[in-house]
Amino acid sequence: MDLPSLQPADPARARPDVKAITKKAGQRWNAPVVGYLFIAPWLLGFLILQLWPIIQSFYLSMTEFSLLEPARWIGLDNYRDISQDRLFFNSLRVTFVYVAASVPLKLIAALLIAMLLNRQIRGISFYRTLVYLPSLIGGSLAVAVLWRNIFGLNGFVNQLAVLVGIDPKNWIGTPSTALGTLVLLTAWQFGSAMIIFLAGLKQIPSELYEAASVDGASRLRKFARITLPMLSPVILFNLVMGIINAFQMFTSAYIVTNGGPVNSTEMFALFLYNKAFGSLQMGYASALAWILLVIIGVVTALNFVASKYWVFYETEGRK
Amino acid sequence: MNGKPRKSNLLVHLVMIAACLVMSYPLLWWIGASFKSAAELGNPGLFPEQWLWRNYSDGWVALPQYTFTRFFENSLLLNATTTLLHVVSASLVAFGFARLTFPLKGMWFSILLLTLMLPGQVTLIPQYTMFHAFDWINTYLPLIVPSAMGGAFFIFLLVQFIRGIPRELDESAKIDGCSWFGIYARIVMPLTVPALITVMIFSFIWGWDDYFGPLIYLNTVDKYTVPLALRMFIDTQSAVAWGQLLAMSLLSVLPPVLIFFLAQKHFVEGIATSGLKG
Repeated sequence: MDLPSLQPADPARARPDVKAITKKAGQRWNAPVVGYLFIAPWLLGFLILQLWPIIQSFYLSMTEFSLLEPARWIGLDNYRDISQDRLFFNSLRVTFVYVAASVPLKLIAALLIAMLLNRQIRGISFYRTLVYLPSLIGGSLAVAVLWRNIFGLNGFVNQLAVLVGIDPKNWIGTPSTALGTLVLLTAWQFGSAMIIFLAGLKQIPSELYEAASVDGASRLRKFARITLPMLSPVILFNLVMGIINAFQMFTSAYIVTNGGPVNSTEMFALFLYNKAFGSLQMGYASALAWILLVIIGVVTALNFVASKYWVFYETEGRK
Repeated sequence: MNGKPRKSNLLVHLVMIAACLVMSYPLLWWIGASFKSAAELGNPGLFPEQWLWRNYSDGWVALPQYTFTRFFENSLLLNATTTLLHVVSASLVAFGFARLTFPLKGMWFSILLLTLMLPGQVTLIPQYTMFHAFDWINTYLPLIVPSAMGGAFFIFLLVQFIRGIPRELDESAKIDGCSWFGIYARIVMPLTVPALITVMIFSFIWGWDDYFGPLIYLNTVDKYTVPLALRMFIDTQSAVAWGQLLAMSLLSVLPPVLIFFLAQKHFVEGIATSGLKG
């Protein structure tokens, strides 16, 4: 392998000229060919499996394409058809409701539990494991089966409902409640977000809390003035990733409800799947995918713009 | 948050126990229901009056042609391969990004982060047609080959982790004439073990749960993974044997749960020390 100039062992601490040292260190780490060799697996994958498909999908979105015959150019017709598709707007509405309900619910649950777990008490790892368990079995089909049972006519939710005097009903088979069961399923699996919050909480220096205690700050005040600002970059990370994932939700909608009843849970990804692999309208589905990309891009960008007003970066604060 | 008086700890325990009950009640119900007869499934109560082990033995062989032995073998083989590829590639790429300097590095790293936001639906159809053209449909290749790129999330996680390892170590190895690959293999790799285990767990769990990939790429039952087999359970029977289905579903989540328990200490450590703050 190619080795850039080997510098003599120069104790960096001995010399105060920081600039010269970092420059020298920079040269030492400079390894163009080796660098590209190391990142080659990702770079090749990106070019072949992502960049090229993205370009192609943009082209396909302007075609009529059934996989069996070559794609036929039809310009913007797909987009025009989509703008008149009642089911498209339905899936858009369902997805936005789902995102707006499930993401905050999940993050609030994750943050609350993470704060409870961020202390030295007995059995902490036991609690952590139990709370993480639902996320561990994740978006698997098994969980969808479980959910169908729990909210089914003979499921355990109805058994509870009878106890508190609510008439049992088919929660999954009723359009007004079906989406709610999917939101609950997502929120139930807050474990990953919780673990990331926990990692963030552990990085907050305890001196800050101690100093606040000395000043007589209340718990609520400590939470609002220390925990939230210090944790805000992690909250942003969880929020952005949560929203991106929620927009693409597929498996549970497909298995638990399969879009029904009366399309009340037909999420965008499911609608797209049905167009692509149900009716083999690959061009139409590609246009849908691009619309999804733009929506996610805009929402994420808005998130980052808004984050300037509430996310606090420690390094900036110190400047 | 240390040094709180004991009284508040009692409250925390109470709240946590309540939370754990809410979280795990569906799981307990699941275990109980997997032993229930069809008649008993509608009954309230977590556990059956009569424990029906038959749900497991019958469920295992309930599908025509193949038993669950086959589906578990398929899933294990597939996921062991993709997990291994993820770990190896992600750590190589992460080392490159975290330790080496090369032209356009900043740009590539930004692109890597951007792809975290790329919805899979955008690449889905062209990828499908590409694999179709390669004649890879109904093989495991479309599921395995993409994992050789390492996965943007895993690379990001490892880059953050490697950045936290003091450079003096590789500096001195460098001076001793160690090659870049040597530094990677002998110094950085061993130090990233907790993070590599995190990647391993995530990769295995997500791969194991993946339903969509196998759904569109695998067509014949002999290649089915466990999630597809469970789906077939619902589709092929006019009256679904819920007890058996719940029993098989429960078995299907055991591998990720086992892996998590074996590696849980490293797992949390791996996330905690990689610090997602950037």
